[in-house]
Amino acid sequence: MSHGTVLALGMAAETQNLAFWVLAVVSVAAALGMVLVPRAVHSAVLLAVVMLSLAVLYAELGAPFLAFVQVIVYTGAVLMLFLFVLMIVGVSARDSLVETIRGQRLAAALVGIGLFILLALIIGHAAIGPAAPSSAANSTSNLPGIATLIFTTYVFPFEVTSALLITAALGAMVLAHRERTKPKPTQRELARLRVASGRPAPLPGPGTYAQHNAVDMPALLPDGTPSELSVSPVITRRIELGIDELPVGPAQTGERAGQLETPHAPGEAQPSDNSEQHEGAPW
Amino acid sequence: MVSPAHFVALSVILFVIGGVGVLTRRNAIVIFMSVELMLNAVNLAFVAFSRMHGNLNGQVIAFFVMVVAAAEVVVGLAILTAIFRARRSASVDDANLLKY
Repeated sequence: MSHGTVLALGMAAETQNLAFWVLAVVSVAAALGMVLVPRAVHSAVLLAVVMLSLAVLYAELGAPFLAFVQVIVYTGAVLMLFLFVLMIVGVSARDSLVETIRGQRLAAALVGIGLFILLALIIGHAAIGPAAPSSAANSTSNLPGIATLIFTTYVFPFEVTSALLITAALGAMVLAHRERTKPKPTQRELARLRVASGRPAPLPGPGTYAQHNAVDMPALLPDGTPSELSVSPVITRRIELGIDELPVGPAQTGERAGQLETPHAPGEAQPSDNSEQHEGAPW
Repeated sequence: MVSPAHFVALSVILFVIGGVGVLTRRNAIVIFMSVELMLNAVNLAFVAFSRMHGNLNGQVIAFFVMVVAAAEVVVGLAILTAIFRARRSASVDDANLLKY
């Protein structure tokens, strides 16, 4: 008998009730939030809450294998894939709240209510009996039972699945592939460009020798002047646009920086130099 | 005592929420997430019915649904990245080159 089954069967009825109601409320609230919040990242986090709640519900229903698969495949892989694509597309992208089709939200709400009533009527009329007493299928170990079914009754769908997975992997590779339009620069060319750019050394990291090492904190050069080059231009741009607020400006980094800040070393700020690095940022 | 009917009811609610999300949102990624929510809701119903009947067929079907959903997400997100590269937007309103 696997641990999950022991857990599910060993739980007292009240504990099971409590777990179900708490998880039901949490998952419905998180699902509503996922649909309603304007930012896609917040939607992804709320979707993770729903999926984890469902995993616990599976365990409560006596399906420990599916509970673990839910956590590993859905929360671990699928959701991470969503987050990766969100990072590519732009995390801060907000959904526009303007209706592009007039009356679309109202129509969608009506369709949703209609669908709910329809399904509720069907479920209400169906005879959904109580849980079966722990029969042979449930009381023996869950995982060998599923494995037996997959490799006997469902062996043909299981093999078709492999074709599906290969096709999906190939399709993703073809779709996400980008043809290289110019030849890849060799290491020799890169080194030559780096020396020719006038700054052979790497840029200073943010926060070096400053009072904090936050990413938006300019590094202090050996002579005490803050170096704007050390801060990513993306962060500078976000502060300019008002998306982020400036926590502590470079002038307030401390007395030492404030005193020595005035003379900017000539040739220090080279905007063309650092705009090359973060080319193609979507915002 | 919580019966499988409760789980099926929860599954219906989650399915409807996901459907409304698909219909209302404009961001293609959030639409995908809503589709995933609907698939998860159906899985919950399968597992609940499996518990009701006392056999494992429902759990095996839910497992297959998970596999297909994973493949669907991979291809869908790859399409989304390709569209984003061409149109610089993830909104479903901007992918309108085939319109009319």
